[in-house]
Amino acid sequence: MTIPHHSRRKSKYEPRTAAHGTDAVRTSAMIASLDAEGRETIAAPFGHALVDLAKTRTDIVGLSADLSKYTDLHIFAQAYPDRFYQMGMAEGLLMSAAAGLAREGFTPFATTYAVFAARRAYDFIAMAIAEENLPVKIVCALPGLTTGYGPSHQATEDMAIMRAMPNMVVIDPCDAVEVAQATHAIAAYNGPAYMRLLRGQVANVLGAYNYTFELGRAKLLREGGDVLIISSGIMTMRALDAAKVLEKDGIGVAVLHSPTIKPLDQETILAEARQNGRLVVVAENHSVTGGLGDAVAKTLMTHDVFVSLRQIGLPDEFLDAGALPTLHDQYGITVERIADQLRRWLDQ
Amino acid sequence: MSLARRAWAIRRHALLMGEVQGQGYIGQALGVADVLAVSYFHAMRYRANDPEWEGRDRFYLSIGHYAIALYAALIEAGILPEDEIATYGMDDSRLPMSGMAAYTPGMEITGGSLGHGLGIAVGAALGLKRKANPAFVYNLLSDGELGEGSTWEAVMSATQWKLDNLIAIVDFNNQQADGPSRAALAQGAEAPKWEAFGWFAQEVDGNDLAALVTAFDAAKSHPNPAPRVIICNTKMCQGISFLETREQTHFIRVEADEWSKALAEHEGKKPR
Repeated sequence: MTIPHHSRRKSKYEPRTAAHGTDAVRTSAMIASLDAEGRETIAAPFGHALVDLAKTRTDIVGLSADLSKYTDLHIFAQAYPDRFYQMGMAEGLLMSAAAGLAREGFTPFATTYAVFAARRAYDFIAMAIAEENLPVKIVCALPGLTTGYGPSHQATEDMAIMRAMPNMVVIDPCDAVEVAQATHAIAAYNGPAYMRLLRGQVANVLGAYNYTFELGRAKLLREGGDVLIISSGIMTMRALDAAKVLEKDGIGVAVLHSPTIKPLDQETILAEARQNGRLVVVAENHSVTGGLGDAVAKTLMTHDVFVSLRQIGLPDEFLDAGALPTLHDQYGITVERIADQLRRWLDQ
Repeated sequence: MSLARRAWAIRRHALLMGEVQGQGYIGQALGVADVLAVSYFHAMRYRANDPEWEGRDRFYLSIGHYAIALYAALIEAGILPEDEIATYGMDDSRLPMSGMAAYTPGMEITGGSLGHGLGIAVGAALGLKRKANPAFVYNLLSDGELGEGSTWEAVMSATQWKLDNLIAIVDFNNQQADGPSRAALAQGAEAPKWEAFGWFAQEVDGNDLAALVTAFDAAKSHPNPAPRVIICNTKMCQGISFLETREQTHFIRVEADEWSKALAEHEGKKPR
């Protein structure tokens, strides 16, 4: 076995100045919504869904740790100012206080960035919320590689962390339609849930697929005889587009969207994977360690389904900073990179 | 029944449980017994036959290893039956060694991971205010927990939300796992820190029942819209002379034959 050489990360770049030109400048801004790629978008689907819900669900309250504007919770805060709690930049408190409100019969939606919930607040989520199975809904922006700010803000391992927590439901929605539907679904579910959030102007992808989110269910969005992609989150959007590209080459790509990472819809995944002859590929906006890929692999292996299985995801590394289109290309999660990768695997 | 008698009985229940498991956290239980006696038999509203009564004052035990002390108080309060003492720490018992909400009537939260209780109490106090429920939330925390940053997140938040229905009780016995709390992070005068954060702070001898009664009354009736804290300076092993003089440690060593000696000494101190 080769043990990798570990050294401190250091800049691999030469100093860059304005003299290099500005024509190719692309932003790494955190505030920018994920590139909608020419699609119709819907504004703040989570915030508006929560406002709708709160009309009849008087038990719903919102809390944030100084990130309400950046998790679309400000929409709720404006609509229901007396039901919104600004907890300050204190994620441990955010989760503990949400647990306390849940103990008193409320259904708290607590928002922050995925890195801060999964990393900093883990013990508070585990002991105050999950261990007691309280109905706290943890909704977190900047999942996976949806910001160019570097590892401090890129939650590349949040699903691995949350999947490992007993009692926790984990959801990775694809688009605005699903964010809204899943918000209703987790509110109806009487237990703790962690949802990755797409915020701001969010693409409408699934509107064209007669799709309805159901907690714990994976759904086939597209048939195809050569490849089965099992995907979650924004990688379903990419997988659908890659499938269209490959269709022109006569390659049939099925897309099974599995937004509920836990509990995983093993039944549907097994049924699809058992169809002979297809290359099975798991695609996720997450580290290849501990996310949907590992969950699917374990499901297949422990049910004696032996297929060729490949993973498209983020490497088990701290990722670079930069503009998102650059980074998505670099890490192989653009439509073109995915289509190329599938072609190579099929040619092998 | 007098508070002194209640405190005595809480110590006795704790000693009997300690004997079952050779439980070294008896030191904390003996030290905090007076605080619990005043909490459960002077300050708090609850119904022994309905531990989840909506109108009850909530008592949040952060310090899971103090479960032996709270079980003793819950037994004395009639929330737990006395005959469960023999099951303490046993398989399938409702009285596990570390306090957990799912196991025990009257154990409101799962403690043990320190620095959680006050934050949960902030949320519960907010929830009670939403419901216009006049109950108080008490949180018993330890001096060691003052080292957890999350405790201070909650301290700041309680002030911001003007949580006058929140009463923190700090059991300051100056003894945490590796030694004196004062040699770790609990440095300097304690009450002024809380006052600086906007709390109504009192510091009392936590083994003086009369002083505790006065402090709890003042905490409940204080007119300002601020959270309240009672810093209780307690003595580990209070009430059992040969344990009081033993080297003070977080987990005291009690030999198997010493439990009966402790119980015998305690029996002799029974208040009328």
